[in-house]
Amino acid sequence: MAATASQPLLETCGLGKSFPGVRALHQVDFRLLPGEIHVVMGQNGAGKSTLIKLLTGVYTPDSGEIKLSGQTIHPTSPEAAQALGISTVYQEVNLCPNLSVAENIFIGRLPRRWGRIDWAEAERLATRELAELNLHIDVSKPLADYPVAVQQMVAIARAMAREAQILILDEPTSSLDAGEVKQLFDAMRCLKEKGVAILFVTHFLDQVYAVADRITVLRNGERVGEYPVAELGRRELVSRMVGRDIAEQSTAAARADLCGQAAGAAFLSARGLGRHGAVRPLDLELRAGEVLGLSGLLGSGRTETARLLFGVDSPDCGELSLAEGGTRFRSPRDAIEAGLGYCPEDRKTEGIIAELTLRENIVLALQAKRGLFRFLSMRRQLALAQHYIELLGIKTPSTEKPIGQLSGGNQQKALLARWLATEPRMLILDEPTRGIDVAAKQEIMQQVLVLCGKGLAILFISSETEEVVRVSHRIAVLRDRAKAGELAGEEIDEQAVLRLIVGAEA
Amino acid sequence: MRHTLLDKLAQWGRHPLCWPVLTLVALLLLNWAFNPQFLHLEIRNGRLYGSLVDILNRAAPLMLVALGMTLVIATRGIDISVGATVAISGAVAAMLIGGTLVIQDGQPVYVAKVPMLLALLAAVGAATLCGLWNGLLVAGVGMQPIIATLILMVAGRGIAQLLSNGQIITIYYQPFFFVGNGYLLGLPFPLYIVAAVFGLLLWLTRRTALGLFIQAVGLNPVASRFAGLNARAILLCVYAFCGLLAGIAGLIVCSNVKSADGNNAGLLLELDAILAVTLGGTSLAGGRFSLVGSLLGALIIQSLTYAIYSTGVPPEVNLVIKAAVVFAVCLLQSETLRRWVFQPRLKGEEA
Repeated sequence: MAATASQPLLETCGLGKSFPGVRALHQVDFRLLPGEIHVVMGQNGAGKSTLIKLLTGVYTPDSGEIKLSGQTIHPTSPEAAQALGISTVYQEVNLCPNLSVAENIFIGRLPRRWGRIDWAEAERLATRELAELNLHIDVSKPLADYPVAVQQMVAIARAMAREAQILILDEPTSSLDAGEVKQLFDAMRCLKEKGVAILFVTHFLDQVYAVADRITVLRNGERVGEYPVAELGRRELVSRMVGRDIAEQSTAAARADLCGQAAGAAFLSARGLGRHGAVRPLDLELRAGEVLGLSGLLGSGRTETARLLFGVDSPDCGELSLAEGGTRFRSPRDAIEAGLGYCPEDRKTEGIIAELTLRENIVLALQAKRGLFRFLSMRRQLALAQHYIELLGIKTPSTEKPIGQLSGGNQQKALLARWLATEPRMLILDEPTRGIDVAAKQEIMQQVLVLCGKGLAILFISSETEEVVRVSHRIAVLRDRAKAGELAGEEIDEQAVLRLIVGAEA
Repeated sequence: MRHTLLDKLAQWGRHPLCWPVLTLVALLLLNWAFNPQFLHLEIRNGRLYGSLVDILNRAAPLMLVALGMTLVIATRGIDISVGATVAISGAVAAMLIGGTLVIQDGQPVYVAKVPMLLALLAAVGAATLCGLWNGLLVAGVGMQPIIATLILMVAGRGIAQLLSNGQIITIYYQPFFFVGNGYLLGLPFPLYIVAAVFGLLLWLTRRTALGLFIQAVGLNPVASRFAGLNARAILLCVYAFCGLLAGIAGLIVCSNVKSADGNNAGLLLELDAILAVTLGGTSLAGGRFSLVGSLLGALIIQSLTYAIYSTGVPPEVNLVIKAAVVFAVCLLQSETLRRWVFQPRLKGEEA
């Protein structure tokens, strides 16, 4: 490779791309040096994914050019980009879960011998590729046997096995827990030392400061600037992304506000509620006007608990009772009837109905509650949709836009709107801020507190401990599918929660 | 000026019903070219006659079945048992009505074994039960729709033959012939049935939440359940309704030929119905559906059959011709192909 440390490996000059009605990217200069980890930051809609899609040949630019080691290139498809040495790992793992790890790494170009596939060689090579990422697993097992983090690493190994000089990671960490993220970062550092240039897209500020060398900030399709990480503090970074100063209230101050409020009466309580293989029997009480945080590592049983409360899965033991009398829920319908709402963790498969319009998605739960024949007139539907678009600040060209085409943050707000329209008395928010940008995150957290102030009982589930600590009156911590403890009032701080998450030995 | 006209045309070209309408018009014109009398309509004895009326009338059973199929397909399902259901409904009706010769006031008159209304209800009821059975397998047991309905597709013909003891039952009872051959206010009676069913469905899908619910369940059953929809009940209703419509179609078919043939009544009707739905622009992947489109699809198929017969294509090749036309229409409707043909080449490709 002729490129030296000072000469960029990949460079764009005045790159631009427009779609009907939107200028997605305008005059963007971007430089990726060999052996660096370069983070691209920006809010949803800032142009991050457009930039990546231009670099990997998914789109062709309207203006400007892309240079690889000083040579202008015109990638016309992801395969063409890959042939040039630009490999991409996407947010969702794009592999075949039913095939073995080795097959996934070498799919389409398995090593051959005498015209037949040489399985021993494939497995040996796959083991070696993974070992370079510090991952030692049995490569003959199906990919589905491994957790998402490992699958993500396999996707990286697959990209690297093609002799990539440039690796693009598009939000690879959004479904990983803290330990897994660390593992991924170690692998990234390994690659960096070999001179691979890594373009890394993430929403997590902590991760930027943990691993990045330089940051390029995009806003509204334009480049705001390029900074070495050491020279750009968090506050400056966020204000550059958002375009204004965000007064980040300290966690302690936020908590002080919370403690002043008195909790209301109990609304829903679980006694010894459990389900075999999901979560061991636990007690929880949700009170009107109070946020109960649910904290714990990925796989500790948070979502499973929420599913039991909402009647998605039926419990094996224990009971669930409404304060005003009532029994366990046999289906989400029963729970909704009792005034519950649930924004699920997996927004795409359990939340939105991507092909339906924003309006239809917002009115769905209310209409389901009203039944088949008490049909909301189109005027009511439009009024409802318009009301929540304004109330929650959903950014959309119209109420008739298919919701799948909106950004993650707006989809999440629309889901919140869907439940608010049913005038619920309790909301379960499972990872409501996952995969959405800083500003939208703040707006959603703000909304949670407003709702709580209006007397809703809220169960707030998040893997970001800081978030849980900021908004919760009480926090229940799960560990290994059982309740490890509950904190309230003055006892709550991040350290205390983390101690419970990790367990006694820490 | 010219620009706005082009824009209008382009806008119209993107309308989902544009291609079905154009196809139907083209087929009608083709028929007209071969037979100048084709568009001729006349009133004889207070009844409207003509090829167009004939096509509408003949398409009635297919239109009914296609309407039911549209809803099933919108839920991302399929029902390949409708042909067998047609046979069962016909067999039940024929068995219960039959017709015995008695002498009344010195006149030979055929009377029904069971009051006709009861027999009709029983036939349609049996068909609805068939649909419910399919719905139970799909929604209750969680079988794949194509397998679940395959069971009845195979078993249904057997049931129909058991009912008729393996023979073709001829019906002699006059009033029953009205269902398939009667005229009301100058128009064939089956058209009133189609209009009533279509009107009812239009009302259900537009003025109640049924349309929204069916689409939601078809597009994302899991999210629908989380939003509080009772997906099972919706699926059950949709399959039962599809069976019910096949039952009515069965009565029309049976009344047309004045007999019930367990082996051949409604043979391959399921495939024509699926084709009609597809031609009408409803995706087999579920979700958005068009009832009008399915009616147009059924009319396209019937016009095509008419054209093949009237142009004197030898019967041994007519299935091939039909397949070729259907293939062409499907190609025209294919989004991928249209993009490939109409989109200008990308700039980057020349470099």
